[in-house]
Amino acid sequence: MSKFQFPESIASRPVYGTLEPRPGKAHLMIADAEGAEAILDLAAQDAGLMAKTHIIYIPKGTDFAEALRALEPAQFYEGPSYAASVQRIRKVLGDAHMGLQVYLAGTEGLMGQAMNEAVSAGIPASAIQTEHRGSIARRMQCVHCKGITEDVTTDPFVCSHCGLNLFVRDHYSRRLAAFQGVCIDAEDPGNVPAPVELYK
Amino acid sequence: MTIQFNNETFRDDYSFRNSDWAIKRFPFPFHEDSYMYSVNMEQHRGGPEGSVYEKRFDVDEHYLSEMRDRALVLADDPLRCQSLPHMTLAGWDTLELIMVSKSEDYPDLFELHRDGNRWRWVNKPMGIDQTFTFLDETTLPCGPLEYITRQTQGDFAVLDQRDEMLWMDAGMVTTQADWSLDFDIGMNFFEWHAPVPLAHEMGIFKRALKFLLNVQQGAPARRLNWTMTVNPLLDTSPENYHKWGIQKTTLTPENIGAKQHLRVELQTFFRLPRSNALLFPIRCYLIAFQDIVTVPKWGRRLHRVVRDLPEELATYKGFIANRPMMLDYLGQYDDGLPTSPGVWPDLGTEPPLQK
Repeated sequence: MSKFQFPESIASRPVYGTLEPRPGKAHLMIADAEGAEAILDLAAQDAGLMAKTHIIYIPKGTDFAEALRALEPAQFYEGPSYAASVQRIRKVLGDAHMGLQVYLAGTEGLMGQAMNEAVSAGIPASAIQTEHRGSIARRMQCVHCKGITEDVTTDPFVCSHCGLNLFVRDHYSRRLAAFQGVCIDAEDPGNVPAPVELYK
Repeated sequence: MTIQFNNETFRDDYSFRNSDWAIKRFPFPFHEDSYMYSVNMEQHRGGPEGSVYEKRFDVDEHYLSEMRDRALVLADDPLRCQSLPHMTLAGWDTLELIMVSKSEDYPDLFELHRDGNRWRWVNKPMGIDQTFTFLDETTLPCGPLEYITRQTQGDFAVLDQRDEMLWMDAGMVTTQADWSLDFDIGMNFFEWHAPVPLAHEMGIFKRALKFLLNVQQGAPARRLNWTMTVNPLLDTSPENYHKWGIQKTTLTPENIGAKQHLRVELQTFFRLPRSNALLFPIRCYLIAFQDIVTVPKWGRRLHRVVRDLPEELATYKGFIANRPMMLDYLGQYDDGLPTSPGVWPDLGTEPPLQK
């Protein structure tokens, strides 16, 4: 099962729901990895949905792409990475008409970044749904060097840009689509606890 | 009065000092012998003569040195001043409010001459004489918010108001108690306060938001907040925490009186006329423990507050590790006598230390 129940947290931390089909002329679904399963569940609830749907999917090493293609969406794109897909996402959002329904599924990093694009394009928050599936890895910003480290699964972790040892906060910026990482050994240099898997 | 501006630093050799004048007017934040969160708002319409509450934007002996420190921080990290695109008008509102207030409140230091939109601003302490066109960004060397807050003590958050909510959409933040404008910009009131312990459960932020949404033009409000800082370091930013955090470990029983500072924020709230944004200046005042205890009432009271503060708050405010040493020091200045109500020093009526 690709679902994870996040523990209750602070007010800046996003919460995710369960995708449900909504009425509308056009539907954009953006997902990565196990997020595909949320789209498959969605398609099973509404036989007419896929004919009006554009799917943008980043497999991240999983093999759901064929199953998604078999849904016969109006448009299907399989991208090698989010970064490679983002220009296309912007074009699609920019060309969208009133009433577009947006569905985001998969990792927090994917949903956060795609949410940002959708909101920047003027899609109302009420037309965007999210569902977390798969990895609980986090997209982290180092508050010191500002570099983003993707797919962080342990606390603490090493900033992939400046090399500082950072602890993982729940404080989250929707603008950056990232959680905040803060130096863990500033007051006792070198005293870095062994990394523990997130939520363990 | 004429202010004698200090030439001092808030980094490296930390030559910052408070004069006797600055000590006596320090905004001591505890009105009783204990502390818990509250929505401690009051009107910001002046205060006792000479107090930090008297003027809309207090100017004190640290003005020029604080502005030099701000320039150093900005040179190192320009992201400390940011404004989302829709906030430019609020920046002009801010510039107007500060220029009008300062020129009226300190006519010997600041002048504002207005001829329609053609304005001339004179800042004598900083040696600035700028003619510009109000609402025309091309006539200033930088955006209006940055321009005026490079000349005004305190941090500034500019809060947009929409959907019955406040949004942190612009700011100048170089003297902060460990929060990042760059990270928090764009957040709503509950999101940027998310890391604060206990207060959410107490309903503090809901009540505070309700109050702030209703602040009206010409009726500003104020409150105090406080924390602790080792060394008179203005820039206690998360950005630089990996550099300054270590300083917390340099306290000793011998140096704590000089090194440990109470850090008080005078927070004020002004409704801005054109943008309907809320200007939220956060003015930082620092005072060394050894200077606080020269006021007997404050010495007694600070000891009791620090001693009885809940552990979560001492942890959040970042001094849990140093609390025992702080109590050893402050205990010497607490003789157990009762203290008078209110924040004022009451030097003429409170008894001297009885030990």
